[in-house]
Amino acid sequence: MLYAILCYHDEDFVGSWSKEQDEAVMKKLAVVQEKLTSQGRLGPVARLLPTTAAATLRKEAPPLVLDGPYAETKEQLLGFYIVDCKNLDDALDVARDLGAANPGGAYEVRPVGVFRPGGNLT
Amino acid sequence: MSETDAAWIETALSSARPQAVGALLRYFRDLDTAEEAFQNACLRALKTWPQNGPPRDPAAWLIMVGRNVAIDEVRRARKQQPLPEDDQAISDLDDAEGALAERLDGSHYRDDILRLMFICCHPQLPATQQIALALRIVSGLTVKQIARAFLVSDAAMEQRITRAKAKVAEAGTPFETPGAVERSERLAGVAAMIYLIFNEGYSASGDTAEIRKPLCEEAIRLARLLLRLFPSEPEIMGLTALILLQHARSAARFAADGSLILLDDQDRSLWNGTMIAEGLALIDKAMRHRRSGPYQIQAAIAALHARAATPEETDWTQIDLLYGALEVVQPSPVVTLNRAVAVSKVRGPQAALELIEPLAPKLGNYFHFYGVRGAFLMQLSRNDEARVAFDRAIALANTSAEAAHIRMHLDRLIRDSQPKAKEGAKAR
Repeated sequence: MLYAILCYHDEDFVGSWSKEQDEAVMKKLAVVQEKLTSQGRLGPVARLLPTTAAATLRKEAPPLVLDGPYAETKEQLLGFYIVDCKNLDDALDVARDLGAANPGGAYEVRPVGVFRPGGNLT
Repeated sequence: MSETDAAWIETALSSARPQAVGALLRYFRDLDTAEEAFQNACLRALKTWPQNGPPRDPAAWLIMVGRNVAIDEVRRARKQQPLPEDDQAISDLDDAEGALAERLDGSHYRDDILRLMFICCHPQLPATQQIALALRIVSGLTVKQIARAFLVSDAAMEQRITRAKAKVAEAGTPFETPGAVERSERLAGVAAMIYLIFNEGYSASGDTAEIRKPLCEEAIRLARLLLRLFPSEPEIMGLTALILLQHARSAARFAADGSLILLDDQDRSLWNGTMIAEGLALIDKAMRHRRSGPYQIQAAIAALHARAATPEETDWTQIDLLYGALEVVQPSPVVTLNRAVAVSKVRGPQAALELIEPLAPKLGNYFHFYGVRGAFLMQLSRNDEARVAFDRAIALANTSAEAAHIRMHLDRLIRDSQPKAKEGAKAR
């Protein structure tokens, strides 16, 4: 069974880390990731850019683009995609296509800062 | 390193600061009292967090403790006799974390931080005082740190901040939420203040760049904070994008000897890709609003530089058009001078020279004007005139780095090497 592990933290706090603090955390995480990699168990890893860089597409008809991250509490995270896009508009177009296939709810579109594709888990 | 380490606690305290000081200001309606209450709460935190670990919601904890300590102080002052230290009550707070956080009304968050920012950008304060006050109050930098970044003595900075606080107290703090028009005016004031802080750090010369770098980082933090409060303001997106894209180049901007390296000559592999990605995403988002403004246009120009993997790939035609748009919304001879650099790349040095000739009366004492003019003349092989312009630029240079940079041009003239267009005022 594959498990997604989703990271939550106070953005103000993480955004206030010094470069040294940030690197120290990443280094400690890398140790755990390497162990999983050597066991052939690690898929893609992504660190997202700040929520200020996010836009949200409400899957209504017509779809509505809002600035900022997804902030509703009535809906739950059910999945995610990592897609290579030229820019935000391109990413929103992809989200629109997906939304047309599956209306209702929303997609938060957020740039990825760090991406490691990981191994092939099948 | 663990979350009870001093460095981590310091970080938690500084990231909670704007919200906590803002809430305490709402209670006490006095900046000094609010600040003192926060300091006291921080002292308690440094005492109790290493043992108990940090609370789940540091800001809520600091607000509660700060308020209680300050109220005790007031009572004590009234009774003229010391009360026993009530540390027991404080540590009980840790157990009541969940309930405590819920009691603190989250809906104040935005207004509290905004009020704090608006106070620092009080229209009656000169810009230098606004910046100093914001760095002290919102960012929590020490007077010593601010003085160091601004290259003035601690005493002078202390005085500047004291004066600013006195003026704010005199003017009275508006506690009602401002109306839409006033809010947007004051928002523009906050944005300008953040950009000034950034430029204080960005315009450092090579020998002070490292000392002043925290100003750039702090400006980015404040811009992101402001953008979270106003997620749909394209100019705030533009401002944040602009400073991210400029700061992304910081590792490539100075040579080992501290001299400035121009955009064309920078090692682009040293640019910070993550910061560029964030800046580009923000400018994309801002453009969707079709409400252009000076920050967005400048960010768009910075984005075109950032997108070019090599100087040759820079889209100078677009940059020329964008400077044209900037001339319309924010006309200034310096903008025209920057535009001329783009024109020289698109239509050649002659057209660029013609564009800047009318600026001579206005920019007669501006170092960059003569540097840029000299570069255009050099490209036209009018070497004697170029030398005159460069000499004038050296005479007007404000820093040794600027003078050294012009001398490089002169050396090139003397070597009579392949003429190559040079960046001007903005593209540094």
